[in-house]
Amino acid sequence: MDVTLQEVPLPGTALAEELDQKLLIVLRDGRKLLGVLRSFDQFANLVVEGAVERIIVGEQYGDIPLGLQVIRGENVVLLGRVEDGKDAPEGLTEVSAQAIKDAQNGEKELNKLKSTIRARMDFLDME
Amino acid sequence: MLFFSLFKTLVGKEVTVELKNDLCISGALHSVDQYLNIKLTNTRVHNEQKYPHMMSVRNCFIRGSVVRYVHLPPGAVDVEVLHDATRREARGG
Repeated sequence: MDVTLQEVPLPGTALAEELDQKLLIVLRDGRKLLGVLRSFDQFANLVVEGAVERIIVGEQYGDIPLGLQVIRGENVVLLGRVEDGKDAPEGLTEVSAQAIKDAQNGEKELNKLKSTIRARMDFLDME
Repeated sequence: MLFFSLFKTLVGKEVTVELKNDLCISGALHSVDQYLNIKLTNTRVHNEQKYPHMMSVRNCFIRGSVVRYVHLPPGAVDVEVLHDATRREARGG
């Protein structure tokens, strides 16, 4: 199981194959970005050109344009190669940026409401 | 370097990576680097309905720091060899 030096690629070059490709980037807070990878380093700090944030709520999705983004590596969970023309999630319908933001806020409000109700009912000790 | 070496022997095998955000991804191990960043090919996400954005992803790079478990195929690791290698490494090569 010994490793000879020639076999070891330079540290942090694993992303070289993904340069100039359209990628889906998942961040630690659950956000999903799509864009073209232009640069990276050994920490997986990234430069993404033409980035959009993709928000999915129920059966709908929408993209919020962000432009050129630098992402600090510690926030990166994974990068996935997106096949050309196949970036739209199947079975979901695209809506405008404003519509998806509204839908996301609606969902947040609903979740907040649900958790306050649950908190108030806590004394009932329901499972 | 022991675990890096171990993962290098597993290249090409089918593995399942469980991330700290509970996402489970199966795929063929394509490569590993010294940070234990993992590249998978021909990936499949468990519970795909919950992660619709992953449906169009077939190859992915996973940052080592977000990995919780790597599930290996049974018999993929020779524990005897690993045991010896561990002792050798502990003695300083």
